[in-house]
Amino acid sequence: MFYENKFTANTQLKLSPFFERTSKLNESQEWRRWAGYLAATSYELTHENEYFAIRTKAALLDISPLKKYIIEGPDSQILLDRLVTRNIAICKVGQVMYTPWCDEHGKVIDDGTVQRLSENKFRITSAEPNLEWIESNSTGMDVIIKDDSFSTAALALQGPNSRSILNSASPKSLDNLKFFWMMDTTFENIPVTISRTGYTGDLGYEIWMDPNDALSVWDILIDKGKTFGITPTGLHALDIARIEAGLILLDVDYISTRHALIESRKSSPYELGLGWAVKLKKRNFIGKAPLLEELDNGSGWSFVGIEIEWPGFEKHYRDAGLAPGLPSTAWRTSTPLYNNNEQVGYATSGTWSPLLKRYIALAHIKSKYAKEGSELMFELKVEHFRKLTKATVVKTPFFDPERKRSCPK
Amino acid sequence: MSKIKKYDAIVIGGGHNGLTAAAYLGRAGKKVLVLERRHVLGGAAVTEEVFPGFKFSVCSYVVSLMKSNVMRELMLPKFGLELLPLESTLTPLENDYLIRTADSDQTYREIARHSKKDAENYMRFGPAMGQIGMAVRPILETIAPNPIRPSISDISATKKILDHVKSLTSKQFEYLTKLMTMSSADFLDEWFEYEPLKATMSASGIIGTFMGPRSPGSAYVMLHHYMGDIDGAFRAWGFQRGGTGAVSMAIARSAEHFGVDIMTEASVEKVIVKNGRAVGVALENGDEYNSNIVISGLDPKLTFLKMLDEPDLPSDFVSAIKNFRIRGSSGKVNLALDALPNFTCLPGDGHHLRGAISISPSYDHLEKAYDDAKYGNFSESPFMDIILPSVLDPDMAPPGKHVMSCFVQYAPYDLNGGWNDQKREAFGDAVINTIARYAPNIKDIILHRQVLTPADLESTFGLTEGNIFHGELTLQQLFSLRPAVKWADYTTPIKNYFQCGSGTHPGGGITGSPGEMAAKKILGTW
Repeated sequence: MFYENKFTANTQLKLSPFFERTSKLNESQEWRRWAGYLAATSYELTHENEYFAIRTKAALLDISPLKKYIIEGPDSQILLDRLVTRNIAICKVGQVMYTPWCDEHGKVIDDGTVQRLSENKFRITSAEPNLEWIESNSTGMDVIIKDDSFSTAALALQGPNSRSILNSASPKSLDNLKFFWMMDTTFENIPVTISRTGYTGDLGYEIWMDPNDALSVWDILIDKGKTFGITPTGLHALDIARIEAGLILLDVDYISTRHALIESRKSSPYELGLGWAVKLKKRNFIGKAPLLEELDNGSGWSFVGIEIEWPGFEKHYRDAGLAPGLPSTAWRTSTPLYNNNEQVGYATSGTWSPLLKRYIALAHIKSKYAKEGSELMFELKVEHFRKLTKATVVKTPFFDPERKRSCPK
Repeated sequence: MSKIKKYDAIVIGGGHNGLTAAAYLGRAGKKVLVLERRHVLGGAAVTEEVFPGFKFSVCSYVVSLMKSNVMRELMLPKFGLELLPLESTLTPLENDYLIRTADSDQTYREIARHSKKDAENYMRFGPAMGQIGMAVRPILETIAPNPIRPSISDISATKKILDHVKSLTSKQFEYLTKLMTMSSADFLDEWFEYEPLKATMSASGIIGTFMGPRSPGSAYVMLHHYMGDIDGAFRAWGFQRGGTGAVSMAIARSAEHFGVDIMTEASVEKVIVKNGRAVGVALENGDEYNSNIVISGLDPKLTFLKMLDEPDLPSDFVSAIKNFRIRGSSGKVNLALDALPNFTCLPGDGHHLRGAISISPSYDHLEKAYDDAKYGNFSESPFMDIILPSVLDPDMAPPGKHVMSCFVQYAPYDLNGGWNDQKREAFGDAVINTIARYAPNIKDIILHRQVLTPADLESTFGLTEGNIFHGELTLQQLFSLRPAVKWADYTTPIKNYFQCGSGTHPGGGITGSPGEMAAKKILGTW
């Protein structure tokens, strides 16, 4: 009647350099595919504790599946400035910039961060492979482009206690490391690079290292982090946090212009709420002309935060004799939004925020209806039947703690 | 602050309900002053650094009943409300354990280890209680109508409730009636057979109440604890980051955002009554503040018998308040620990330490603990509801250290011979000895201990007789009878004097509900 199983498994997916640890810690054995890698969905049977680790303690995430490219050489800055919409000329050594990049029609290909490792050396991260795109735009430039995806492993350490943990692991203090800056340091003599970046909208860091050091770095962080509540965290928790932070996700909130079969699936940075990252004053870059034009003519679509209002939401469920049916994880199903029976947009991802106690979503809305405070009707299914319930356009990030940017005094 | 400044309303007591009422009045544009006797806000929902580096939710320690509309309307998440889930309940036994977790399959398996029948019934019990929660909620959210000489609003409230009762299914009606009248033990016997499961579930029927699990009426207290609703899921307990004091501080910040003035170390001596009408308050230091109305967040005994002079009140009302049952039955032991307790049944660190730990191996354990109290002694082997806040929120203790919160029952207010330092320590020892039966390392890891008897709860927090709910949650003092017939709608026999504490409908716990409903009643008649 009783039997014992030896747990072994096989996979055709790629395994991260941290897999030896993460696979043993993953109590739920729930995994997702992330860029061909096996990535933990949640380590525990429910993701709640991991979510709260991001917001109240410290969450440790394996982000090795990110695509990474090194661009090195005298023309590296010129190449990047040609590729992306941010102004890389003003990016100082040790600084990081978040940026989208576009095709010649000003439609977004991908988004990621650019790290200036030295005067003539950069690392760019992306969700999808971009090597061909980078190379094909570097014709005649004096640069070396290297796929760094497998040669650098990465962890994210996110949450209010993340700085304390890094300070106890690193001989150099992180107290003066500012938001979107990076520094080199060591953990027990292992060289690591730490950037104050992340995908949670909280105080947090990303740690870049040689994959051969991955397990040692993991062990050091877990050990130093124990008293600070360090928690291995999966993608379920991350997805809630990134929506609270108002951060977009490729293939969920937008489609890369390179995969879009029809024009309407493409988005410009303005249509994704990334207008702030488009620097039209800089010299020519890919997509500049159509973006200038779009700025003049206005964008057809906007990308906004919406809040599904509680009283109406609750009432739909009460009328069905049920307690309010809140989603327990973030959803990614396109959901229609209406204005007076006319569909004027769609939400692409949403979540109940356990912290804010608000039901929030990210949505594409026709610009005319996208002003802050605009009221829309959100489509809801209650007991298999479609209902409409009130939603309001609100500012993002939904959650923006002071600690995200501040340094200790 | 100047003595001549006149407020629209003065709230006596900066507990969470007083602050809630103040915030709602401020939100409606009224000029409000909150006066708190202590140096800290929060009343029984307070966090204090009792020992350097160790922070405690000194008194009230979990949150589940906080009303979601209060959170929303007062924007509490914006002002610091952060509720972390308490995921599990562990009942350690001498040679085994029972654990219920957030994962229903795991919980099924764990209960099935002891009883397959119980495991299946448990899966039905949760939804059934959820249905009851839904059934009771509209009653709790209605201002209790006055059945004697009802006004139009009382009649319409009564009609609303009768209509609601008529809408209940026969099952809902059956469970509701049983929960209102039975003992928690009898009610649970209808569902389950495994003693530690029944005893642990029955424990929520005795918390804060001078009853045992076999006392009729205890099932209602259990129901009261089932009405917790976090994120729409009934019966989920939460821990506030930074302790329960942070809930009070969030409400206080919200109140201040709405223009409310808050003063600490401002102990009110008396409500000033002129011609049967409250016109202000006099502080112990001699200061006086005038206002159009005065609201008391204190318990009914203090609200009426201390803040007013008896001759100002109708004699039948005075005797009703004197008869209001407010016997304290519980104590609190807060421990600063050098390491985590190691439970023999589940050794080491683990998820089981992230939830509640209930010392409730059997009905007999609880009932014997009650027997001690019935005859004027504290329980030699008490019931305890334990949590380790520092596991959920490491900031509660220095790195690597821990804090442990033990809610302990029973400790009668009227202890034989009265409470003194020696008896307090003996009570603390009984608590530690009981824990040591399950986690023997406890004695070696205690760095500091704070023992609070009902007498301490009274003197520190102003809880009369140390009752955590401002009066027992028994049928004869609920709804239209809380705290007294005719005066259950937050009004009092004194014009312009209102009440908003846990001694009013719907009762105790960190709900914000009495404060909210009192404010809405006041604003409705302003």
